[in-house]
Amino acid sequence: MGKVVLVTGVAHWLGARFAGQIAGQPGVDRVVGVDAGPPPAALPFGVEYAQVDLRRPAIARVIAEHEVDTVVHLHVTSLGHGGRALVKETNVIGTMQLLGACQKAPGVRRLVVKSTTAVYGSAPRDPAVFGERMQPKALPAGGFARDAAEVEGYVRGFARRRPDVAVTVLRFANILGAHGDTPLTAYFRLPLLPTALGHDPRLQFVHEDDALEVLRLAALDAPSGTYNVAGDGVLLLSQCARRLGRPTVPLLRPALGVVGRLARQLTAPADRAFSQEQLQLLTHGRVVDTALLRGTFGYTPRWSTSEAFADFAAHVKPGPLPPARLTAVTDRLTDLLADHRPTEPEELRPR
Amino acid sequence: MTAAREPADPAAKVIPIESAPSWSGPEPRPALADRLADGVGAALSGQLGATATRLLGKGWEQRAAGGLGFLRRRLTGDYEVDDFGFDRELTEEVFLAMLRPLAEKYFRIDVRGTEHIPADGGVLIVANHSGTIPLDALMTQVAVHDHADRHLRMLAADLVFVLPVVNELARKAGHTLACNEDAQTLLERGEVVGVWPEGFKGIGKPFADRYKLQRFGRGGFVASALRAGVPIVPCSIVGAEETYPMIGNFKTLARLLGLPYVPITPTFPWLGPLGAIPLPTKWTIQFGEPIPTDSYPKDAADDPMLVFNLTDQVRETIQHTLYKLLVQRRSVFG
Repeated sequence: MGKVVLVTGVAHWLGARFAGQIAGQPGVDRVVGVDAGPPPAALPFGVEYAQVDLRRPAIARVIAEHEVDTVVHLHVTSLGHGGRALVKETNVIGTMQLLGACQKAPGVRRLVVKSTTAVYGSAPRDPAVFGERMQPKALPAGGFARDAAEVEGYVRGFARRRPDVAVTVLRFANILGAHGDTPLTAYFRLPLLPTALGHDPRLQFVHEDDALEVLRLAALDAPSGTYNVAGDGVLLLSQCARRLGRPTVPLLRPALGVVGRLARQLTAPADRAFSQEQLQLLTHGRVVDTALLRGTFGYTPRWSTSEAFADFAAHVKPGPLPPARLTAVTDRLTDLLADHRPTEPEELRPR
Repeated sequence: MTAAREPADPAAKVIPIESAPSWSGPEPRPALADRLADGVGAALSGQLGATATRLLGKGWEQRAAGGLGFLRRRLTGDYEVDDFGFDRELTEEVFLAMLRPLAEKYFRIDVRGTEHIPADGGVLIVANHSGTIPLDALMTQVAVHDHADRHLRMLAADLVFVLPVVNELARKAGHTLACNEDAQTLLERGEVVGVWPEGFKGIGKPFADRYKLQRFGRGGFVASALRAGVPIVPCSIVGAEETYPMIGNFKTLARLLGLPYVPITPTFPWLGPLGAIPLPTKWTIQFGEPIPTDSYPKDAADDPMLVFNLTDQVRETIQHTLYKLLVQRRSVFG
């Protein structure tokens, strides 16, 4: 008998794509997608849909009814309809209900939870590179990062109570790609990028294909544990802005906070671009170590941070200063210098 | 060559609606760029070119082309930084180039013992700290780069990473927070890591205590070196103590600003910004014999006695070298 996989949060693109991929895997008999709303239009082939509000105990019935053995909990997001209170409730209460249901279901053998590297926070006094075993100096002050930290706490409790279940927590760096719909992509889509004066944070991205692949491996047979998931290398915020061709507007950090508060009164996507924890990220940055992912887990991301970012950049409208145009100007000037010099043209060589 | 666009064929003037010029279209700029380019080209081949050659010396075009390449990479974000935010190109082309005259012309630093810094692999350089402003650390970075062809990755106080602008520059210059995790990661990656374990106690000590080493923290740096199994190179810096002789300390103001100290020197704050100019002392930076750590067992870093002993050994070596160099020194400014 093959696996029966329950996927939460299939209304979101990541959940939908993951459910579609896992449904086509050999050894997977059934995939049950769960979300709060009516069946999403883009539900992939081979995925059964169960409309369950995670905050209600009804999820236990779905798990028992379908004899689920693998639970992939992707419904831990920073986004959602109905405001921050509802999102928090879905993230935290939803996870508690789901874990409660799993605890009562003897058939569950494997649990995969999507988390975020935001659980490490962003602070100037932190180590430059976070490893999985480092404890953040303080619990994130609020927002999605706090939700994720609390969710991880409940998952650790569950792992203690059900040692027979293989529990994998995946801490994803900011996911980028063609579909990207996160607070960070909302920020990068702004025509001008407000930044914190005197700070150039280090950012790390993971491509959505890599994210899906890591989830797939974790749901099938990869070793359990907690893993950071991020592409190789880092990009500075200033590099990101220049590669997008978007001018930055450096503001004093308090002024940036005011801009953020004003923006949160606006409509989407500007309101999402300046959440409190994103402002922290855009000030202090965050980099994680992925040695465990490569070693123990056994997966090397195929996209580096800068490649993932390039793929994202290719799918957004370029800003007013596209790099190609700037390159054209400097190359033209370089050529003029070469033209002007009649002798020794072979010496002119870009370093 | 993207800029040298063909002039538009007159027959191709009809533009379908789908591809009407937009912000992203390349149409409007090349025309302007072409006009500009023609102008500059004409000027260069005329009088201006000859003048430039006379003023800037032969080969200025090549230098300008190099500068343009640098500018292009900067403007388009086409450069790499490592996980710690170290921007190698910016450090080499800008930071070190700016600090080098200070090291060579102003402090006339005599760098000795660079053969003790291995050509590759991790090594921990431990040095004495002095001079109110961490100029000694920056000068050591120049010395390590210019004499040993390695990049020094400094472990800096957390104050550095709290201050805006300073934290950005420090990260780009390859510095990171003085904590065990960062030190160990860098050492395991085979970097040259520099640490000034006296910290603010050393750099902010009164002039009367010059060249007297302060307490060496808790020896965390020795534990990091032991875990990574890399040698420790003691480094003694003479001359930095006299750059800003600290004769007093505004303790109240320092507490108000959240700083470890606010110095009073013979020139600061009396001369205003002029008082911030360091005295032109003659410096010596002496790298000592490496102290190997790879012969100790794996869990040696968890043995406090061994860590304290090694810490003392490093401290004594630096202190003795300082005294030796001071005896040899003819004059502070010589």
